[in-house]
Amino acid sequence: MKVKLENLSKRWGKVVGADCINLDIGDGEFVAFLGPSGCGKTTTLLMVAGIYKPTEGYIRFDDRVVNYLAPKDRNIGMVFQSYALYPHMTAFQNISYPLKLQKTPKEEMKKRAQKVADMMDIGHLMDRKPAQLSGGQQQRVALGRALIKEPQLLLFDEPLSNLDARLRLTMRAEIKRLQVDLGVTSVYVTHDQVEAMTMADRVAVMKEGKLQAYSPPDELYDQPRTLFVAGFVGSPPMNFLDVEVVRENGDYHARRKGFDAVVPSDRGEKAAGKGNVILGIRPENITIANVGVSGEIYVVEPLGRDDLITVHIGEASVHVLSDPTLGLRMGQTVTLGFNTHKVQFFDPQTEKSLLWMD
Amino acid sequence: MTLKQKIGAAIPYVILVITVLPIVVGYFWLVLSSFSVSTEGLRSTGFTLSNWSFLREPPFGRGYPSIWRVTFNTFVVAISMTLTVVIVSSLAGYALSRLNFPGRKSFLSLTLLLHAFPSVTLLIGIYFVLRALGLYNTLLGVGMVMIGFELPFGIWLMKGFFDNVSWDMERAALIDGASRFRVWGEIILPTVKPGLAALAIFAFISGWNAWLIPRTFTIGAGQQATLSVFLNNFRSDTVAVQWGTVTAVGLFQLVPVAIFFIFTQDLLLSIYAGGAKGGT
Repeated sequence: MKVKLENLSKRWGKVVGADCINLDIGDGEFVAFLGPSGCGKTTTLLMVAGIYKPTEGYIRFDDRVVNYLAPKDRNIGMVFQSYALYPHMTAFQNISYPLKLQKTPKEEMKKRAQKVADMMDIGHLMDRKPAQLSGGQQQRVALGRALIKEPQLLLFDEPLSNLDARLRLTMRAEIKRLQVDLGVTSVYVTHDQVEAMTMADRVAVMKEGKLQAYSPPDELYDQPRTLFVAGFVGSPPMNFLDVEVVRENGDYHARRKGFDAVVPSDRGEKAAGKGNVILGIRPENITIANVGVSGEIYVVEPLGRDDLITVHIGEASVHVLSDPTLGLRMGQTVTLGFNTHKVQFFDPQTEKSLLWMD
Repeated sequence: MTLKQKIGAAIPYVILVITVLPIVVGYFWLVLSSFSVSTEGLRSTGFTLSNWSFLREPPFGRGYPSIWRVTFNTFVVAISMTLTVVIVSSLAGYALSRLNFPGRKSFLSLTLLLHAFPSVTLLIGIYFVLRALGLYNTLLGVGMVMIGFELPFGIWLMKGFFDNVSWDMERAALIDGASRFRVWGEIILPTVKPGLAALAIFAFISGWNAWLIPRTFTIGAGQQATLSVFLNNFRSDTVAVQWGTVTAVGLFQLVPVAIFFIFTQDLLLSIYAGGAKGGT
């Protein structure tokens, strides 16, 4: 089923939950809503679910406007961060509750519940109450409950946030695989950009109720359209430097005090002559080199595979991912090479990209 | 354990025992007196069962109700009060906790105000209302007034319990396909069971023990009397009070409540421990 949000807004008096969201979700697509807490992603999800009524705009399932359709008539399944299992019912009763409401015959109910439980690998836990299950098991029951009525749309509200890190990895992969196998259109709300990037076909980044970007993960990463997206997506986050781009002898230079880098002309020309602009570059695109910008190491943080080092360049500082075998120390002076084919430029006033806005 | 530690551990118990002692002595005397010809302090002057003769014959003579009639009245009042208060409170509390409707806030403060209002000040007004409705000296009238006084407390209590139930659970049920009413009945009510039980117990006990309202709105020890009123009738300005009988009737009134309490005190305590358990 396709989902389309048109100018969708939700306000409570003066409080804005979601502000004029426009979004298309294709049939079978997995879309993540990504943003910090309070950005309106859950509000939008609850409007899609039918729990909140939109103040303005339309929600379409395929071509039908569903604004006033009750949640129960939308044929959706939803998984919550808190699991939201019914504590007085067993796992079996929880999973089969949607079928009970549809007045499904007992035999069929049992068969389908068992099928879903086997899929979720919780078949042996069906007689237990939620309080007797671990967090991961509870989440599987919740997932089973969402899947049993074979919904046309699956909604996830930070489903993995309450799990420990290891389990989160496993469940992440499982949910992704399950979604592909079942081919159900899915919307996944998260504040964890790794989750969004790894799982989704397309990621919708939100901030203060507004949609900031909506694109596939790699595009989001390589071609961020706003300063916020650039800073929010990627870990460790992108470095930002205030620079001025000037053209000299046919080359474009990004300059600030103690910093001078030649940038490719296709990127440089879009930022040249605009006065102060913000240069963005990811930590993995800066290397310890023989020639380049020199700076002093402020701190070294070993991450295992890489070292994250913070280097002061004049008054600015940048994060760099470096090879631990280099044995870098605090206070040491290093020369940094910038992979300028990957730099981004942003307008400091509008905070929009100078490269990717059309 | 050293002696010092032993003394330290004993101190709380000593304090508790001292505080509880007057109450225990009081109950002891109550039981003793009801089986005694008379008592001198905590000493009985002789065993007798005559104090309990009210179980067999109406103590105030013909035309007055028997103890069994009065007990039945009290049960009717207490049970109907319990049922009504629990049903109305769980509906109203849910609405106040979950639904958004005009006047919700003012309704809430009004219930709180009513709860805090001293009922004595309303007695005269209610008397006139009951008379006008023809409900004076009827159990129905008494029951309605008592329910009215108990409801604000019940509604606030249940609202508190509903407030503690997570929204997600309710949303999940709505999405699963339940109507709002089914969500309330099948999902929310079972998770606030401790609250319902506690409220039921409170309502029952206050209905069972009520004195002021039945005394005011019924005529003495008539056919509409409840146990407290009946008990009060043993006091007299002209005849010597039969304390033995008074204590026997008091004990008789106490027994059901005591039994009820023993079986339900866990639930009662959960109210003070902050509401619903287990539900997130």
